Amino acid sequence: MASHYEAPIRKPLVLGDKGYHDVTVDIAAPVEGKANKQWWIVFSIALVAFLWGLGCIIYTVSTGIGTWGLNKTVGWAWDITNFVWWVGIGHAGTLISAVLLLFRQKWRMAINRSAEAMTIFSVVQAGLFPIIHMGRPWLAYWVLPIPNQFGSLWVNFNSPLLWDVFAISTYLSVSLVFWWTGLLPDFAMIRDRAVRPFQKKIYALLSFGWSGRAKDWQRFEEVSLVLAGLATPLVLSVHTIVSFDFATSVIPGWHTTIFPPYFVAGAIFSGFAMVNTLLIIMRKVCNMEDYITIQHIELMNIVIMLTGSIVGCAYITELFVAWYSGVEYEQYAFLNRATGPYWWAYWAMMTCNVFSPQFMWSKRLRTSIMFSFAISIVVNIGMWFERFVIIVTSLHRDYLPSSWTMFSPTFVDIGIFIGTIGFFFVLFLLYARTFPVIAQAEVKSIMKSSGERYKKLREAGKPLYQINKLALSNETVTEQVAEASVEESDAQVSSLLGTLGTFDAENDTADDLKKVKGIGPQMEATLNQIGIFTFAQVSRMTEKEYNLLDSITGSFPGRAQRDDWAGQANTLNNNK
Amino acid sequence: MASKVIQAFYDDDDVLMHAVKKVKEAKHHIEEVYTPFPVHGLDKAMGLAPTRLAITAFMYGCVGLTVAITMMNFIMIEDWPQDIGGKPSFSYIENMPAFVPIMFELTVFFAAHLMVITFYMRSKLWPFKKAENPDVRTTDDLFLMEIGIHGNEQELKELIAETGAVEINISEK
Repeated sequence: MASHYEAPIRKPLVLGDKGYHDVTVDIAAPVEGKANKQWWIVFSIALVAFLWGLGCIIYTVSTGIGTWGLNKTVGWAWDITNFVWWVGIGHAGTLISAVLLLFRQKWRMAINRSAEAMTIFSVVQAGLFPIIHMGRPWLAYWVLPIPNQFGSLWVNFNSPLLWDVFAISTYLSVSLVFWWTGLLPDFAMIRDRAVRPFQKKIYALLSFGWSGRAKDWQRFEEVSLVLAGLATPLVLSVHTIVSFDFATSVIPGWHTTIFPPYFVAGAIFSGFAMVNTLLIIMRKVCNMEDYITIQHIELMNIVIMLTGSIVGCAYITELFVAWYSGVEYEQYAFLNRATGPYWWAYWAMMTCNVFSPQFMWSKRLRTSIMFSFAISIVVNIGMWFERFVIIVTSLHRDYLPSSWTMFSPTFVDIGIFIGTIGFFFVLFLLYARTFPVIAQAEVKSIMKSSGERYKKLREAGKPLYQINKLALSNETVTEQVAEASVEESDAQVSSLLGTLGTFDAENDTADDLKKVKGIGPQMEATLNQIGIFTFAQVSRMTEKEYNLLDSITGSFPGRAQRDDWAGQANTLNNNK
Repeated sequence: MASKVIQAFYDDDDVLMHAVKKVKEAKHHIEEVYTPFPVHGLDKAMGLAPTRLAITAFMYGCVGLTVAITMMNFIMIEDWPQDIGGKPSFSYIENMPAFVPIMFELTVFFAAHLMVITFYMRSKLWPFKKAENPDVRTTDDLFLMEIGIHGNEQELKELIAETGAVEINISEK
């Protein structure tokens, strides 16, 4: 018997008086409905930005990397900044779907689908940068270890840049199958609701013929769990390896051992900020306020606050270690960051990433939608500056003062960056119109424990479900419990004790039944009156005994079941 | 297989669970249960064997690790050893620390993808596969239990009616 018990102190995750069918209708609505005007406006803007970026990419590839603002001192600037920024954003999706799955966090179910979509779309953006930076993107396959016409010319497995190739492609492809596997039952739901043949065909194709057999679900859950277990170290490895691109070099400001954990915390930080940015808009546009509640936003804000503070600690540790190392180049790199010509970038980073999340200590601010949205944007900006600070300010004043210089982006640098933002939103907007944006099958599975309707039923002491006998003439009749007369009640007591076992006052000792959640002193007295004194007796109770007990005591019908007395008593009995 | 099945529809997962247990108690064989979402404990109640996909994932992971080691040993140590930064490639074990990231990534890559492919094959999920749920409402809010009829139609009907089904359907398979 599945136990749906959840502590009453936990707020409902699905608001409103909703049953299973309501969830279906709500989640299918954006897919089945027509796009509104705002969607078209935002989509057009994103598309224009994307096309502009595409133009800049074509210009770069056809003319050369010289169209960018790079110079011989600052040989890496916006390209790698944007790459790391996008990869970092891509971390939240897997974190929400994998790590929170392992921790059994039910609130992840309303946001994991969109967060994973965001992950995939942002990793796509990230992947663009190394490929266009190659100059000849049609030779991108050279990064793979494949036999070639140059004899024994292989890729260098000692290079962090090659580790990155493996890390990012593993991450992208594993996230994709994780996402798609979770989508199958939801595509099947849309397929089975589709009216127009074309839609039905498309969703039948996308759902891979999902039928929802008990065995399929058993495998589905196992696969989800194992994928979560694999994706958790994977997501941590990805940004760790990205940080190796810098940490294994000998540039002051880069070769820092704190980089891997610091980058991972920063990635989660920026990823959650982007999830907040997207979902605060999406819940409004798609009418998902009942699923993505203030509580979800608040929890994400807490994660932002926590990871922002970790990032802040890392910044300060870096400064301390630079001073403590006694290496003057290292010390200068950090002094230059904070007080050199790029001081504004450094302080923008500090303000956005370290100070702004601290507002989230206030309950009023972290439950304010407008404020959360503003902070999420601020954090996104701050995290871009973090990468810019690490990369450009570490390079622009190198060992040779005569080569000191500044970096200024060209319109192509800016255009490509804007273009990836446009591309990202084009993908996300298309997704929001065609995909089930919430993992509805999973949400349905938590309705009884965390849905508002069922929480209210439980609070009111009403049963969560009733078994109604189906009259074979297709008429539903509610099972009627006859008013028990005194003799009947006696007979019931003896039949109850018959199955539960009688209490022998000489050999057994009575247990403190109040330890079972839901049994108070009053109920304990009643149970003792009937002849139930031990956990062992309670643990033998099943549906039938619960009903018998309810009809005898006449108080709190359905309560024993909801609190799962038998299960609790069993545990207590074993721990005795 | 031209046999008749009785299809019992339920509108609640708990009612379904009770029904499954009752039907099992009455020693009837449940052919299939279609549900819109994972019902915890249903596989056990139906008596399904536990899935071995996690074991396959472990084995696939071992394959991935072996592939990574073999590949890098051939490329970096045997075929073209290089002296990078004064760190010559004499043996795999000496250079192993630099190979750890890729050993890890390929382990995960093989385990994840091959396990998912195995899942898709075993559960017969692939593009252009036709769905086999007998009623479209089973992906929405109805739970469907299918029991084979072997000349005991009336008995089954009565049993199912008692378990709280909302609809009963007899269908030729």
